[in-house]
Amino acid sequence: MSVDARLIKRLPAVADATSFELNVHLRAEAGITAIFGPSGAGKTLILNCLGGFARPDEGRILVNDHLFFDAAAHVHLPPRERRCGYIFQDHALFPHMTIRENLRFAAASRAPANGRLNRRRRINDLLEAFELTDLAARKPMQLSGGQKQRAALARTLVNEPRLLLLDEPARGLDPRLREGFYDVLRRTRDQLLIPILLVTHDLEECFELADSICLIENGRFTQTGPRDVVFKRPASTDIARALGIYNILPAEIEALDPGRDTSRLTVFEFKLDGPYLPGRLIGDHGYLCVPISEFRIVPNDSQPAANRLSLRLTGQIPSSRGVRLQFEHGVAATASESEYRAIQGSDRLTLEIPRSVIYFVGK
Amino acid sequence: MLALIAIDWFPLWLSLRVAAIATTGVLTLGTLVSYLLSHKCFRGKHLLDSLITLPLVLPPTVLGYYLLVIAGRASPFGHVYEAVFGQPLVFTWQAAVVAAFLHSAPIYIKAATAVLETVDYRFEWAAQSLGASEWRTFWLVTLPLAWRGLSSLAALSFARGLGDFGVTIMLAGNIPGRTQTLSVAIYDAVESGDGTLARVLVVVVSALALALLWPAGYLSRKTRPATAA
Repeated sequence: MSVDARLIKRLPAVADATSFELNVHLRAEAGITAIFGPSGAGKTLILNCLGGFARPDEGRILVNDHLFFDAAAHVHLPPRERRCGYIFQDHALFPHMTIRENLRFAAASRAPANGRLNRRRRINDLLEAFELTDLAARKPMQLSGGQKQRAALARTLVNEPRLLLLDEPARGLDPRLREGFYDVLRRTRDQLLIPILLVTHDLEECFELADSICLIENGRFTQTGPRDVVFKRPASTDIARALGIYNILPAEIEALDPGRDTSRLTVFEFKLDGPYLPGRLIGDHGYLCVPISEFRIVPNDSQPAANRLSLRLTGQIPSSRGVRLQFEHGVAATASESEYRAIQGSDRLTLEIPRSVIYFVGK
Repeated sequence: MLALIAIDWFPLWLSLRVAAIATTGVLTLGTLVSYLLSHKCFRGKHLLDSLITLPLVLPPTVLGYYLLVIAGRASPFGHVYEAVFGQPLVFTWQAAVVAAFLHSAPIYIKAATAVLETVDYRFEWAAQSLGASEWRTFWLVTLPLAWRGLSSLAALSFARGLGDFGVTIMLAGNIPGRTQTLSVAIYDAVESGDGTLARVLVVVVSALALALLWPAGYLSRKTRPATAA
């Protein structure tokens, strides 16, 4: 089960908008692939191309060896023959039909393949699996946001799609409903083993759901790969900045020792020990990208040790995860409530960076 | 009171029949054209749009004249029609249907196009992604979501179909008992000085128009379909 899509689409400049070019090569396997980027980057356009609602200027779309689109060969399968489940923002459940009728619409749209009895059984199975049986006779207007999401997902699964396309499905849901929906989505992923493409500009959603990630900016992928790789090893400081979860510290390589797998870096006036950095030379200037969450606050009076920086505190902002502390040089760290109370009054704090999270980026 | 009984009600029944048939035509053909205009891009779309607007802009007598040229007894179309139906189109009540159709179709098409455009395209995309054909999508998704607006327009179309004068009188003539519709009868009554008949017919037409405006207004007030909260 896989998707291989090469998409080039040019949108000419009109009125107030500049021209835009989407140029990506998307590869996705079974599991959830998140397409993450800012608004206007082209994420929805990718989904529309895959779904058949937008026609690329050049490229080819192959889903499980079915050719959906080939510009050179003039192949363009219409949306209704692609068997892609598409969940739009705002669900797009038909408001004039009950939930059951919504599912029945989907089932009957592929009538020849299913007998009446099979259809009814399939609809009932899905209603049960998504806990919608009691709500089946209601119209979408009478359901909560989370219930509508489940119903929309159930409807796309009626005809056993090859591919699921989700456009910011959890937008507008409050946190509790979001979690419920994420659970449902994870269960769907585990049971169906089809590629699920999830467009989002919510970093948390990426963290929670994605197996792999495609970072997109201005119509092009800046980095793709498994979630942990992309999030732990951003390919550039621009990407790290776009993700917003890193401290980006200018650094110079002072020493490298492949034999002992160590390196020595200078960050501001501090010395840090890190892992060996292959492909780098002594004297290289670059940046350390370290997740903000990895900076540990160490009591000021503790013994000096390696990988510690002493920085002046410039501000603090309360947040749902604790207190976000701001330091000189643009460095940030998060402290729990109790940690914060312990350090109150100090204007200079010691931060420790674990050796294992040190990641060096050239530019 | 006796005057009422003595009035010839033929124009009323004729107008009702003409408007009903014309409105049926407007609703079927007009909705199809509106669907094309709201959902498709094609070469000649602007030309089609102009052709549709033309009957609204041309003076009715000019339009009537063109129709006489195109569909009159001497024209190719006229010959074919007469061969098929045994009588010419002009100066028959069927011509009044054509006139009523042309009188209400342009407005219906323009307004119905706008109504269809308000149906959120994502519902239609959702239907297609679920495997529905274009017809199924239109019939089960687009139309039900647009029906309030379209029904309101249907009522208005019927009201308009009752009321054409210029094209009717040129194409169908003023033959009492055959092609004399309500508005033509009123004109005739005024011209011949029959004030009573004119008054009665005017009141009837006004009452009919008001009676049709009420459902049209009611339906259009709740045009927006229920959207997700």
